[in-house]
Amino acid sequence: MSKAWDQVTWQEIEVGGVLTEPGSARAYNTGDWRSQHPVWTKKRCIKCGICWTVCPESGISEEPDGYFDMNTYCKGCGICARECVTGCISMVPEEE
Amino acid sequence: MAAKAHREGMEVSIAVSHAVQLARAEAIAAYPITPQTHIVEHLSSMVANGDLEAEFVNVESEHSAMSACIGMSAAGARTYTATSSQGLALMNEILFITSAMRFPIVMTVANRALSGPLSIWNDHSDIMAARDIGWIQVFVENGQEAFDHSIMAFKIAEDYRVILPTIVNMDGFILTHVVEALEMLDQKTVDKFLPEYHPRFSLDPKRPVTMGAFAMPELFTECKMAHQVALTDAHGPILEIWKEWGKLTGRRYKPVETYRTEGAKVIIMMMGSLAQVAEVAVDAMRDQGIPVGLVKIRLWRPFPFAELRAALAGAELVVVCDRALSLGGAAGPVLAEVRSAMYPLAAKPHILGYTVGLGGRDVQPEVFEDLVQLAQAEVKQGPSQEFYIYGVRG
Repeated sequence: MSKAWDQVTWQEIEVGGVLTEPGSARAYNTGDWRSQHPVWTKKRCIKCGICWTVCPESGISEEPDGYFDMNTYCKGCGICARECVTGCISMVPEEE
Repeated sequence: MAAKAHREGMEVSIAVSHAVQLARAEAIAAYPITPQTHIVEHLSSMVANGDLEAEFVNVESEHSAMSACIGMSAAGARTYTATSSQGLALMNEILFITSAMRFPIVMTVANRALSGPLSIWNDHSDIMAARDIGWIQVFVENGQEAFDHSIMAFKIAEDYRVILPTIVNMDGFILTHVVEALEMLDQKTVDKFLPEYHPRFSLDPKRPVTMGAFAMPELFTECKMAHQVALTDAHGPILEIWKEWGKLTGRRYKPVETYRTEGAKVIIMMMGSLAQVAEVAVDAMRDQGIPVGLVKIRLWRPFPFAELRAALAGAELVVVCDRALSLGGAAGPVLAEVRSAMYPLAAKPHILGYTVGLGGRDVQPEVFEDLVQLAQAEVKQGPSQEFYIYGVRG
């Protein structure tokens, strides 16, 4: 679907809502939901990747320098902050 | 010119299984124990004996039966199942998904009462509890109609202008378990009428698609609108296919059927096999000079508003017979529909509704004569109730 999904009319919906192109989940930024997000203190980060491993939504990406950061799919659940072995992740509330 | 057909006496359930065989169903999933009918029992024999080239899946519940049907239909197979009463209720969750995903599955529902109290007998409470599932729904009156509509249902469901699951409703026991003389068709004739099934979409690794994706609030309403339009627009193709069948067999079907309605001031209405009993009553009343006619709804979904209004034009009193209740509500389901359809008209008849024949209670022709008298008396004094349960003691 080339059109944004909240602009699609009923006439444009394929029979049974079938999607003929891949990537509809990628196009939807689940990060819109979050009320808080993780912030990494790089000084304490050992680049172990536990946060990346435990994230249930692939909401964390590895940066070119080997550190980690959230992406647009992070829902702010806080599992990464709880599981981080060095305690370098803190959850910060979203601002208005 | 109608095709040459031979007449054969057989149980209607068996006739329906032959219709499904003639339609070359490729996949059948069913729960084989009560409340099942002989339909799938015979189909499973046909598959086991090599008389029908199909996948037959025995499942552990009706919920699983419809789920398996969805899977097989998604794989591109012409899919069929049958159920009844509690079985249809157990399927309920999946029925909505089947139609929303537009799988052209055909199902026979042998209409029977929903418990409780525990009952196995005929009424329409099972299908009326599943009224809003978004399937095409047809009601048949006799064994011949059950046979005919079982074949036509596949053609309607699979039509690219339609692509919707279709239910053929037939009265449990009263139709499913009686022996009737039926005109069967040969395989060649049916093959010509009903070509091989080519799904619009199927689970094919060469052409991958996503089926059953979720819809956010911003898209859900549009999906429902598309479904609503698809169902109402199915009206045209349904009539076209019924007409084609009429040319082929000489048996013509209409969404709303009428019987002796010429000059009728009083119209009796219902769906299903009870209409055959009502015809006897109408004949008797006409002999007495009472201007009574009969209107039967064959196509329940999409509801034939225009045909119904035309059929009831000129009537002063309409007596609607329901075979189900909407407990605590305004009316039985057929009465509610008829009242809604007639409400916008400037000149409309008195419309009274009586629920009859619940849980297998026998309905004799005299009942309809009684109903006409009761309804006329109610109109005279002003209706005392929203609807009436007929023949209840106490």
